[in-house]
Amino acid sequence: MNWQGWAEIALTLGLALALGWPLGIFMSRVWNGETTWLDPVVKPVERAFYAASGVDPRKSQTWLGYGASLIAFNLAGFLLLYAMLRMQGVLPLNPQGFSGVSPDLAFNTAVSFVTNTNWQSYGGETTMSHFTQMVGLTVQNFVSAATGAAIAAALARAFAGNRLIGIGNFWADLIRTTLYVLLPLSIVLAIALMGMGVVQSLQASVTATTLEGASQTISVAPTASQLAIKQLGINGGGIFNANSAHPFENPTPLSNLVTAVAINVLGWAAFFAFGRTAIARKDIRALATAAIVILAAGAAIIYVSEAQPAPALVAAGIENPVNMEGKETRFGLASSAAWAAQTTGASNGSVNGMLDSFSPLGGGMTMLLMMLGEILPGGVGSGIAIMVVMAVLAVFVAGLMVGRTPEYLGKKIEAREIQFAMVALLIVPLSTLGWAALTVAVPGGLASLFNPGAHGLSELLYAFTSATANNGSAFGGISANVPWWNGALGMAMLMGRFVPIVAVLAIAGSIAAKPKLAPSAGTLPTSGTLFVGLLIGIIIILGALQYFPALALGPVVEHFQVLEALAK
Amino acid sequence: MLNQTRPAVVSMLLFTLLLGGVYPAVVTGAGGLLFPAQAEGSLLRDDAGRVVGSRLIGQVTTTPEYLWPRPSAAGDGYNAAGSSGSNLGPLNPALAERVTADADAIRAYAPDGAIPSDAVTTSGSGLDPEISPEFAALQVDRIAEARRIAADEVRAVIAENTEQPLLGFIGQPRVNVLLTNVALDRLHPVAAAE
Repeated sequence: MNWQGWAEIALTLGLALALGWPLGIFMSRVWNGETTWLDPVVKPVERAFYAASGVDPRKSQTWLGYGASLIAFNLAGFLLLYAMLRMQGVLPLNPQGFSGVSPDLAFNTAVSFVTNTNWQSYGGETTMSHFTQMVGLTVQNFVSAATGAAIAAALARAFAGNRLIGIGNFWADLIRTTLYVLLPLSIVLAIALMGMGVVQSLQASVTATTLEGASQTISVAPTASQLAIKQLGINGGGIFNANSAHPFENPTPLSNLVTAVAINVLGWAAFFAFGRTAIARKDIRALATAAIVILAAGAAIIYVSEAQPAPALVAAGIENPVNMEGKETRFGLASSAAWAAQTTGASNGSVNGMLDSFSPLGGGMTMLLMMLGEILPGGVGSGIAIMVVMAVLAVFVAGLMVGRTPEYLGKKIEAREIQFAMVALLIVPLSTLGWAALTVAVPGGLASLFNPGAHGLSELLYAFTSATANNGSAFGGISANVPWWNGALGMAMLMGRFVPIVAVLAIAGSIAAKPKLAPSAGTLPTSGTLFVGLLIGIIIILGALQYFPALALGPVVEHFQVLEALAK
Repeated sequence: MLNQTRPAVVSMLLFTLLLGGVYPAVVTGAGGLLFPAQAEGSLLRDDAGRVVGSRLIGQVTTTPEYLWPRPSAAGDGYNAAGSSGSNLGPLNPALAERVTADADAIRAYAPDGAIPSDAVTTSGSGLDPEISPEFAALQVDRIAEARRIAADEVRAVIAENTEQPLLGFIGQPRVNVLLTNVALDRLHPVAAAE
């Protein structure tokens, strides 16, 4: 550990938050249908989308109609992607000659990219053709992110409005977020990344003759275009197996800084956009404060943890035995720690170092950050939406303590909101722990684990945490490309995505219909330090308590084993 | 649900056209125009125009005249068509075994030097093009002896191919192994590839 490392972590986390502010104002304008400086170029494309799809963007939908549109769109995306994966062998742009993907892997992958998870049971450069990557996966990288943003836009409108019936138009939210926010930013980022060395090639590979005369086949791919939206859309699925550890996906410390900032920037932007659209900037600033405090603490714990002596290196008599296993030289400990926190605090899941080889507490922290609900700042929109649900729960708990009807952002919080909040929050541990427990029990379930002992359990727990949280990162030693795992992880991704989405929309529908109240003397202030503290408490207690027994058997016990090994 | 079908299907197809066709085509075109060398993979060619590798991708070197890279978990080592980390957990006995064997191999040519962590650990990609300056320094005497040149000459070449952290604190100091080896060959050609 050194000051440079701490400065780098602070810069990466801080820059994303700072850039999220102006981008959030822009995003809010897009959600609200206000004019933007991109109108001259983008407006005609937007109109063409509406005309061809037969959509009236001004028609506000009830929460049920909004949800039905969302499900229909995601279902169409799933079916299209599934078909593409199965038929890969006969589709064009397949210079590597890869054949169609097996049914279970196609199911898993299609669900994975539609749900913004980007869990990858496969190795990119050895499985997917350029056509699949570009025309299949890249498209879902965009629209799954826009789907998440739509939820936040709808919820924000619900809080802003007074006795509304509708919560907005799903198609308008989806199309506008994609065309005005995600696409222009991705074009700029992709071009900048190519300047830093990221590959963008439609060749299958390049063959080199090494200095010692051996032949080296170097896979190349249309990387930059997918990488840009992989980060900005908080998706995380790499073109290459090694993801952002691969030098073609992340060649330099500068590309690392830029793509690390891109992991979080639209998550924060959605926070600030929510604040502007819901006309509750101060309250949302409090939510962002709680989120950045927890995220920074997570990054610090990972950094400290990775800098501790690694037992295998100590045994071999290595000077300064910090844990460089699975980490790139150009990134070292600090870049890897900051990234690990950012990718799991957001629901990104890209990695620039292999989490399976992290120290027990470093790897355990990445798992915990996902378990806290993917709200730090989480996905584009999905993060702030669940964070608001957390805040609703926090005011409810505070209301119980002082015996008042709780309010949040001028809306009364009543039984219906809390019921759906519990559905949104409790499906996550149910799916994570349920599928993990089933997998331990089914014959052959444990055969996919790579590492022995407590670390093996961590691999399993991590996989279902990641899938349910729609994160997509992995303790990568696991061999998940077998029917049970592909199916179980696919189901976990679906449960973790669509149950909370429907619950949040139901809350939005209920909130929208309520009158907007002016704050009174009895209203709990939700923008001050007290509330930030209360919220952090709720988030940590909810996350830690539900998972503590499982974590105790994985990373915690392994940490004590490491201490024991070092004491020898 | 029926009235959702048209917007769902049509918008999905339009998105596929725009984001799966136009967008990557625009980026590919821009790459070819603005950054052709990077877009094709930052390839290094010898004087005859043959590709010897990519400056971003490590490759195996085992002869004493060359700087050696970190251990690699990609295939048999630096398989650039199958990037991978080792994914060994911190207490996996296979990790301790491998690290000890690699440390012993380094001590065989540098008995007195302190071995840095990166010298015995595999990278996340298995394709790490770089090593720490400390690991490079350990190899100087071996290279100098094999090439029958002064150690200071080797040090100078390594220094030329060392990059410092951006702005002094972003990323790590590092030595590009392939660029160093190419520069060493330029300076003192060895009969390679025999």
